[in-house]
Amino acid sequence: MARRNPSTATEAALGGLLPAIRLGEALKWLAARVPIHLAVIGLAALWSVPTIALLVSSFRDPRDIATSGWWNAIKSPLDVTLDNYEKVLETEGMARAFFNSLIITVPATVLVILVAALAAYAFAWMQFPGRNVLFLIVVGLLVVPLQMTLIPVLRLYTDLTIDAEVPVIGGRVFGTGSYAGMWLAHTAYGLPFAVYLLRNFFGSLPRDLFESAYLDGASDLRVFFRIVLPLSMPAIAALAIFQFLWVWNDLLIALILLPDPNLAPMTLKITNLVTSFGSQYQLLTAAAFISMALPLFIFFALQRYFIQGILAGAVKG
Amino acid sequence: MIGRPWWTPWLWLAPALILLGVFLVYPTVDTFRRSLLDQRSRDFVGLDNYRFIIENPQPLVSDTHSALLNNVMWLTLFTVLTVGFGLVFAVLAARVRYEAVAKAAIFVPVAISFVAASVIWRFMYEFNSEIGTVNAGVTSLGGDPTAWLQNTGGLQTWLTDTGPDKWPGPLQINNMALILVGVWIWAGFAVVVLSAGLKGISTEILEAARVDGANEWQIFWRIIVPVLSPTIVVVSTTLVIQALKKFDLVWVMTGGRFETDVVATLFFKEAFIVRDFGVGAALAVVLLLWVVPIMVISIRRFQFQEETR
Repeated sequence: MARRNPSTATEAALGGLLPAIRLGEALKWLAARVPIHLAVIGLAALWSVPTIALLVSSFRDPRDIATSGWWNAIKSPLDVTLDNYEKVLETEGMARAFFNSLIITVPATVLVILVAALAAYAFAWMQFPGRNVLFLIVVGLLVVPLQMTLIPVLRLYTDLTIDAEVPVIGGRVFGTGSYAGMWLAHTAYGLPFAVYLLRNFFGSLPRDLFESAYLDGASDLRVFFRIVLPLSMPAIAALAIFQFLWVWNDLLIALILLPDPNLAPMTLKITNLVTSFGSQYQLLTAAAFISMALPLFIFFALQRYFIQGILAGAVKG
Repeated sequence: MIGRPWWTPWLWLAPALILLGVFLVYPTVDTFRRSLLDQRSRDFVGLDNYRFIIENPQPLVSDTHSALLNNVMWLTLFTVLTVGFGLVFAVLAARVRYEAVAKAAIFVPVAISFVAASVIWRFMYEFNSEIGTVNAGVTSLGGDPTAWLQNTGGLQTWLTDTGPDKWPGPLQINNMALILVGVWIWAGFAVVVLSAGLKGISTEILEAARVDGANEWQIFWRIIVPVLSPTIVVVSTTLVIQALKKFDLVWVMTGGRFETDVVATLFFKEAFIVRDFGVGAALAVVLLLWVVPIMVISIRRFQFQEETR
């Protein structure tokens, strides 16, 4: 329907050349269309205000931020500074926190995709007793609140702590205050959604492909790496963005399982800025923008796959 | 299908099942157990921790009733507003040529961390109307600025300057302000998924309805909403789960002060600040009980999906 109206629009726009009855129709059409445009543009603009406010403020001088609204900076556009970004990156230890976030997020994203894809392949293309029940339990775990799991996991980690320093990235080998502990925890928490999404996608691949491959004597591993994974790139890309966003944006798990401030990710660092500096908005705005820049970049880079992948997982049925 | 040894599927499933078992299944069972023990998890105390939540003996320290009420508020208002907005925006955006750009504008907040979003919104809600965007808007329309995150009064108190300073939790201005931030963040999720579902509605049905003289209002309620209902259920379920688990946003923006605690923030305080694992675990179980009906509905849906595949 979106494509049909514009052609009517062109016709209507030519209305001036046609009899007066056509002009009347064009006006009527305009009266119906204008409110839609106003609503869409208005809502999109309204939704962007906070982000724009943050972006503008992050380039302003602290004194300006403290005395006037961000909208004043747009009136004199040359009044910008990179000081806030420099200060945050250099003096507040934010650069280290940025890398800590990467160290936590990248392996956790890769791991969840790998582990979930293996399980989803078994759920979609292998026969075994209890398959459906087991799949439903895995999906049912989506609704377990993370808060609830943290006390037992914390105790388990305390018991299993291996107190030796890991070279290069830092932290313990395992337990609280270890990156390995963070990777496993994030992978596990991401699994229910990941298995659900990938199993739906794998299951929708054409059966013929598999049967001819099996007839040719291909092993499961070969089918998995040569057929299933390449054909599922959209779903995998979507999953990668979701998982990346969730882990990158996580505060709770880091707060509890990663008590060492030198290992803390950006979310934790920014929270500490908020609580310890009160209303130092100039640093907060820059720090917040740095923390969202990478996820936004990844989102826009993979957006095409992202929307296709959502279709595969959620809209079916 | 090829012949495989019986253990092959289990080999493929093993990494996922082990991780899920350790991090989700075991803690769920263990939390149930601890919710029946005392604060150091040593002695059996029966249902005392649950009684604590119900009787609410320390409303000044941890107000369990207010937190439960606030969660109900989150569950309903957040879900209804987000799904409603998502549906309306998806339908409207489908009718303009710049649909992709419009949806992207709504989606940007999804990619922003709760912490960063909280930072932006503390700034938006700043009391001083020279700085705070919302209050600047309010005063330019002739209204009185208010401290959005601290105001425990209701809308009536603010608009008319009459009425009590402290309203029941769900009607407080600061709770509504927090929920609006949640809606701002999650609307993009609803828009993208719903508009993907919208693309699946055949244009023939819509054209036929128009030819038969149906107006846009009837088309929306009689065709779009019924056909989209499975997608609406998926989106609503996800949002309800999000509302239940809501923690980061409240924790960073108010720390649960000014009567804005929800069950998740109260749980965090009890378990990790007060260090009463018994009450903490009981609060977590309360959260889990709330999602049981959702789980039952989802499982029925998945079974249906399996059968009709």
